[in-house]
Amino acid sequence: MSDHDHHGPTNFWSKYVFPLDHKVIAMQYLFTGMFMALVGGFMAYAFRMQLAFPGEAVPGFGTVSPQNYNSLITNHGSIMIFWVAMPVLIAALGNFLIPLMIGCDDMVFPRLNRLSYQVFLLSIVVLFASFFVQGGGFGGAWTSYPPLSNNADYNLTPLGAPLWLLAIALEIVAFLLGGINFITTVMNSRAPGMKMYDIPMVIWMIVIACILFMASVGPLIAGSIMLLFDQTIGTKFFTVEGGDPLLWQHLFWFFGHPEVYVVVLPAMGVVIEIICTFSRKKLFGYKGILYTTFATGILSFFVWAHHQFVSGIDPRMANIFSVTTLLISIPIGEMMFAMIATLYGGAIQLKTPMLWALAFIAEFLLGGVTGIYLGASGTDIYFHDTYFVLAHFHYTFFPIAIIGTFAAVYYWFPKMFGRMMDETLGKIHFWGTIISFNCIFIPLFFLGMAGQHRRIYDYRNFPDLNTPEMQDWRIFATISLICLLVFQLPFLYNFFISMFRGEKAPANPWNSNTLEWLAPSPPPHGNFGPNLPDCYRGPYEYSHPDRKDSDYWPQNEPN
Amino acid sequence: MLEYFIPRASSYAVDIDNLFSVITWIVGFWFVLTQLAFLYLIVRYQKRSEDQKSIYMTGEGHEKHWIHIPHYIIIVCDVVLIYGAIVVWNQVKINLPEADVKIRVISQQWAWTFVHPGPDGVLDTADDIKTIDELHVEIDKTYHYELESKDVLHDFSVPVFRLKQDAVPGRTITGWFKPTKTGEFDIQCAEMCGIAHGIMVARLYIEDAATHQAWVSNPVPQLPSSQPSNLTISQ
Repeated sequence: MSDHDHHGPTNFWSKYVFPLDHKVIAMQYLFTGMFMALVGGFMAYAFRMQLAFPGEAVPGFGTVSPQNYNSLITNHGSIMIFWVAMPVLIAALGNFLIPLMIGCDDMVFPRLNRLSYQVFLLSIVVLFASFFVQGGGFGGAWTSYPPLSNNADYNLTPLGAPLWLLAIALEIVAFLLGGINFITTVMNSRAPGMKMYDIPMVIWMIVIACILFMASVGPLIAGSIMLLFDQTIGTKFFTVEGGDPLLWQHLFWFFGHPEVYVVVLPAMGVVIEIICTFSRKKLFGYKGILYTTFATGILSFFVWAHHQFVSGIDPRMANIFSVTTLLISIPIGEMMFAMIATLYGGAIQLKTPMLWALAFIAEFLLGGVTGIYLGASGTDIYFHDTYFVLAHFHYTFFPIAIIGTFAAVYYWFPKMFGRMMDETLGKIHFWGTIISFNCIFIPLFFLGMAGQHRRIYDYRNFPDLNTPEMQDWRIFATISLICLLVFQLPFLYNFFISMFRGEKAPANPWNSNTLEWLAPSPPPHGNFGPNLPDCYRGPYEYSHPDRKDSDYWPQNEPN
Repeated sequence: MLEYFIPRASSYAVDIDNLFSVITWIVGFWFVLTQLAFLYLIVRYQKRSEDQKSIYMTGEGHEKHWIHIPHYIIIVCDVVLIYGAIVVWNQVKINLPEADVKIRVISQQWAWTFVHPGPDGVLDTADDIKTIDELHVEIDKTYHYELESKDVLHDFSVPVFRLKQDAVPGRTITGWFKPTKTGEFDIQCAEMCGIAHGIMVARLYIEDAATHQAWVSNPVPQLPSSQPSNLTISQ
């Protein structure tokens, strides 16, 4: 941004539709991600209703045919990962926070940034188009295993399958553009004095996530194009005649497992920021967390075949991947312990953002430990593709994509919109969401243990699974899901009403240290006005003994 | 503890169940302990008075208590769990015991074909018995299965055996099981295989020697048709 530009565009078109300002692009990503979360949530409602009340028309959707069912579960998974978790946690938070938290006026490549969102929006248009073509949307599961996915005679979605894949490929292009921008900005535009160990943890986490994404996505891009060629021009990369169906699984999961860490790291970063602020404590073991994050990232490239234990790979390979998978419990465990240790001796304030951050730790722990059953090859033979797996990864992804996001929204809302959100509505939303979430997925663990396998539209066809007790649990989980969705209404009300009518927010409502709280709420174009801040210390100097008059010490204040 | 959720009907089901229990005890103990410590800290350090500052600790020095000790405990637990996982895995998937009987399992969209060896006990002879969506096996005999697929990926899943194996077109994958309990159980397809994945079910009949011999000499289909009657697939 040049100096003459710091007032920014005034015309609606260039300010909100084709913006270069990182904050407006962040809002585009945030609102698009929230919209897609509603779409994904509606899909979950439709297929859970089918499972609870098989064959009956679902209010608001109609009868769920097997074709619909497969398409709903496939697109629910794809949307929640690629069009909710990634845009909100990486693109929206990265765009909003990186320039503000490292103390600069904008991203280094604002036009690349704008292009990133436009490609992302295009990917959504393509995805939505895939629902309305002949044969309907793709229904081969989000993993899209060939030869089902690359042969229209098998999947019966001649147009839905390639469009779905094209949408995924475009989404990945959008995030590659964004990732380049994020890494370059953090490495080059930090406030004078902000050394590597002074960077707020959430920024580190987003940067490491972008590095992981870029390092892992190559094989998937190549694989997607080969699969697209198989679907459209008749190549045979993933067929028995010309290639190997299992090759896709390796390419997909080589990306797919690091992808879990791509989304978990920003959420952990958010949680770390909030926990330090609301326990008025210095982060426990900053360097330790940073190094274990790198260790997790590197290790995550050597675990992919744990998704393929029973897929027909050489069974001796499973032992190696079982070892690497269980070893990942060490760095992740350390990160969790460091977060918990930060609470020790603190002065904890249970404001809404803090509740979400603490809930992340409690719920993610359960997601983590249930992963051990699946990483252990011996028990995975039984649990592979059961509801146990499904419940396990929802206990990781829900804390990441939903709890982590809400923590971030409640925490940075004053900065984003210059107004405070309502605490009471926030707490109603919090307890309603957390309780319903557990009521959905705890029963699914037990259904999985009883042998219920995934991606089945009607369990009445399986005599051993068609028992009244199991059906009762399915209905219970579905009703809990409806409660979960209903409890999002207080949030939506709170979010949109507070945006216009909430109490005016001061620049630093939580007495926090990081640089974004120095900027006015909401920050103007250029963020900090004419003088960009300097940085004098690390981000978590709360309750420092040398600081007598207050319990926080902003990064920009000289000694 | 898995046996409270689903019966065991194979020789190695008990090993998988035991591994499950070992993981549950080890991991469960630390999980509960961590959650309790976490909750204690939240309750203990809430709402201190305004003038009371929180403790300033850098992490260095304290790290030993909070990080390094749990770190070593996790490593020890991991070693135990990895050992258990590999032992069970090798037993189920790598070391195949000598077969008494061989069968062939052929998957396709959306049905299972089972080829039984017939009265002579040898596969690929004229008296083989081919069935659709029903598999008849004899208790306490060691079976080798040859798993094939005609079209897409499927997964031969028998929950009471604790057995899962993907079927891959173009490959024949051999595995084993030894039934230990008579009865009638589900066989599932546990890999997404298209529109009717949800009806790709077969039944497993584990019979004692006499019943099984009777069936072999007179193999009448048990099901009225290859699929339960309440199924309809609309295109």
